[in-house]
Amino acid sequence: MSLLEVRDLRVEYSTPRGRVVAVDGASLEVDTGRVLGLAGESGCGKTTLALAIPRLLAREAAISAGSVTFDGLDVLAMTDEELRGVRWRRIAVVFQGSMNSLNPVHSIGDQIAEPIRCHEPGTTAAQARERVTELLDSVGIDPSRSRSFPHELSGGMRQRVLIAMALACRPQLIVADEPVTALDVMTQAQILELLRSLTDRLELSMILISHDLSVIAEVCDSVDVMYAGKIVEAGPTSTIFAPGQTALGPAHPYTARLRHAFPDIRRERTFVEAIPGHPPDLLAPPPGCRFADRCMIAVDRCRTDEPALELVGPGHRAACHRSALVLGGAG
Amino acid sequence: MVTPGITSGLGSEPAPGSRAPGVIPVREREAELRRVWRHVSADRLGRAGLGLFVIVVAMTVAGPLLFPFNAAAVSNTSAGLLRPPSLQHWLGTDELGRDLFREFLSAAHVSLIVGLAATAISMVLGAAIGTMAGFYGRWSDTVLMRITDFFLVLPQLPLVIALAAFFGQNLAIIILVIGMTGWPTTARIVRSQTLSLRERQFVTRVRSLGTSNLRILRVHILPNVMPLIFANTVLVIGGAILAEATLSFLGLGDPVQISWGTMLHFAFESGAIGRGAWWYFIPPGVGIVVVVLAFTLIGHSIDQALNPRLRGSR
Amino acid sequence: MSRLRYLARKISWLLVALYGIVTFNFVLFHLLPGNPVQLLARSGHLTPQAVADITRVYGLNHPPLEQYLIYLGNLLHGQLGISFTYREPVRALLGQYLGNTILLLAGATVLTIVLGVLAGVVAASRRGGGYDSAIVTASVIGWSLPTFWTGLILAFVLGVWLHAFPIFGMETPNAVYTSQLQRVEDIGAHLFLPTLTLVIVNIAQFVLVARAAVIEVLSEDFMLTATAKGLLPRRILWRHAVRNALLPIVTSSALLIGLVVGGAIEVETVFSWPGMGLLVYNAVLNRDYPVIEAAFLVFAIVVLLVNFASDLLYQVLDPRVREA
Repeated sequence: MSLLEVRDLRVEYSTPRGRVVAVDGASLEVDTGRVLGLAGESGCGKTTLALAIPRLLAREAAISAGSVTFDGLDVLAMTDEELRGVRWRRIAVVFQGSMNSLNPVHSIGDQIAEPIRCHEPGTTAAQARERVTELLDSVGIDPSRSRSFPHELSGGMRQRVLIAMALACRPQLIVADEPVTALDVMTQAQILELLRSLTDRLELSMILISHDLSVIAEVCDSVDVMYAGKIVEAGPTSTIFAPGQTALGPAHPYTARLRHAFPDIRRERTFVEAIPGHPPDLLAPPPGCRFADRCMIAVDRCRTDEPALELVGPGHRAACHRSALVLGGAG
Repeated sequence: MVTPGITSGLGSEPAPGSRAPGVIPVREREAELRRVWRHVSADRLGRAGLGLFVIVVAMTVAGPLLFPFNAAAVSNTSAGLLRPPSLQHWLGTDELGRDLFREFLSAAHVSLIVGLAATAISMVLGAAIGTMAGFYGRWSDTVLMRITDFFLVLPQLPLVIALAAFFGQNLAIIILVIGMTGWPTTARIVRSQTLSLRERQFVTRVRSLGTSNLRILRVHILPNVMPLIFANTVLVIGGAILAEATLSFLGLGDPVQISWGTMLHFAFESGAIGRGAWWYFIPPGVGIVVVVLAFTLIGHSIDQALNPRLRGSR
Repeated sequence: MSRLRYLARKISWLLVALYGIVTFNFVLFHLLPGNPVQLLARSGHLTPQAVADITRVYGLNHPPLEQYLIYLGNLLHGQLGISFTYREPVRALLGQYLGNTILLLAGATVLTIVLGVLAGVVAASRRGGGYDSAIVTASVIGWSLPTFWTGLILAFVLGVWLHAFPIFGMETPNAVYTSQLQRVEDIGAHLFLPTLTLVIVNIAQFVLVARAAVIEVLSEDFMLTATAKGLLPRRILWRHAVRNALLPIVTSSALLIGLVVGGAIEVETVFSWPGMGLLVYNAVLNRDYPVIEAAFLVFAIVVLLVNFASDLLYQVLDPRVREA
């Protein structure tokens, strides 16, 4: 059984203009020690989906359907108190370091120690300090900086602090929301390396959210690609990102286009093209496939019949009527 | 008595019409005025303010005409002193037997005139200092702002008392004194706005054409600062009226031109509280509150219209 | 090091402001033609001895610059002049009355801040709806109320009509106390209405500021982090939200002091509370300029010091300020 199972999750937002379905019937699984990537452009629902798991959504959002099962527990049915017991101890979140995710008036040492002291009340101050030192070490920060304040650190260091903080209570699952966006390429590489080694060493499961496919390809074992609130492709990264071979590679036109939208520093320079157009208005999504308007190989059927997520290879699913064509190298 | 903080001045965008380079067309200014008016007349608080304002105007204009007050009409029998309201005297009589209703209306005049005149002085001072500081920048900015900060920190009432006690007890002095202590908040707001305006493209463009500073100020900067000054001024009026009332209550008012504050001073001194002569000390206070509320509500509404960010608790 | 620099800058500003006030005082009361001291000295209302005293103490027969230096020297020695009415050194008078004013001010300020913050925090955690608009309306009305008139109304309703609280002075006249506690109770009873007046007039505005500050903070990213950590809601609210909201609240408190100081003069007059305000009121009635001058100086200095203290407090609370 997987560590985390999400089935047919539906998340709705009440906005002044009406109800928007940000996540429409998404399902995913994460096994122990595996890293799942959630890819897609801004607004596709990946953050909403990931934050729905520890139920960290905003007040205007509601989970209207589906189930979230973590280690056999029904998360959606939990009381506030039970939820508090699961948060951070078992599911922790690494937010984007460039945001204001660290409290500016407390030192980073205090902030890392805080969940430890709250979730493990028997911990003495000295023990907490020791643990903070360990954690800072493990992410490559000089422990003597534990009394620094967030504004005194660089973006890369803040990201490391957020990672150290997430590991504080030895969680089973980490949700990392765009952990390397807004960092320079060198730092990105370092942080990704750090994340990979940590998950390997500590047998952590991780959901890594990113709009950058190369990041996902680097760190994740499998990936779910989202578009307009739906998962349009899911499978092992080795399969989906396999370099130009038949029967391997992306099976959905969106994924295929995404691959070309990002430069990959390790490979030869392929033509980078942004995908023209923009995602549909989720207030009134179109019938049929949501990507049809921007798809190069769309046919009439695509605009009327919504494609279901179907197996197109071992462990590889895609929601496209013409996935065979995509696998063959088109799109 | 300090004007409540208007945060609108800091970095807010000037009127939409000003996005075009050059002179702001008169038509666009009118459109802006109409938009503000529409907001104020639709907003609940704004409407309340306008309603009160109409009452105030009616009272001040019609009052003394219909019910003139004669300060010498004292009563010659003790039976007429400090009487509760009756058919002859709608608000009763004061400790000298004078009709309080007429006195009330007459005092309305004084309170309002002082408030408006003092505000005019504050507004001119504040706008001038703020514009200079914001426009010329650097040295003049630092010096002027330090002075402004200094006056902001000084507790207003003690300062006003000291000035009034020293300079004398006539209306003109009172107006001057209040006017000279109410400008700092206006200056700050105007300075912020001027600063942000100065950096905007149309100003730098016009400058490079060699337009004189004075012309830039008059034609480009001032029209865009005016709405903010206006909103702030309406709020300052409330503060000025309160300041005058307080000064008069403390005995520094003009003994001849009786204002509501002076009435309350006399009420207090003649022991109206202890004697329960509520008709003496309640109406003037209510008058003050109504007038100040009128201006404050309107001022807040205008402020919200100019600065949608501040709008309520949505 | 930067912390010291910040401190040094604040202290030097304080000293400059103090100097400015002192000089302003001098110019107003001693220098301008027709200044009260000279007028009185020449008017003949005083005995020749009094005139000689005044001339000596203020150095009126010296040129202005020397007068200024004498004035500064006097100040540094705590010489604040002699009251025209009481014929006593002003300093002695101040001592008596200042303490009573501080008592009133401290109580009113602390209550306003504590109640205001609590109400603001509650309002912020219950955005929208009845409580909110009630607060806004109350704030506007509260700002429009003249402090002294509010005092008069309270004095009438609670004092004269309902006989619930005394409205005159600090202690019941000719009271004989059987214990210290009784005395404290008596003073407390007399303190109630003046304090209530100050709180009513000033609190609504403060609540608005506290509320806005907390609302602003609640939308910050680190609040989501705190929730994600699974912390108790109470801890999230106070240690994370309010702790950050304290910054604008502290700044507001400094402004509040300025208002309360002015308000103190008004309520002391209404309730005859024997403090600096009453002293000023009587001094104004009697044109006792040395007292007015000294009182203004004291008020201004108190407000300056409070502002300085709040600047320091701000630095303690906000680590980001310690740098630049």
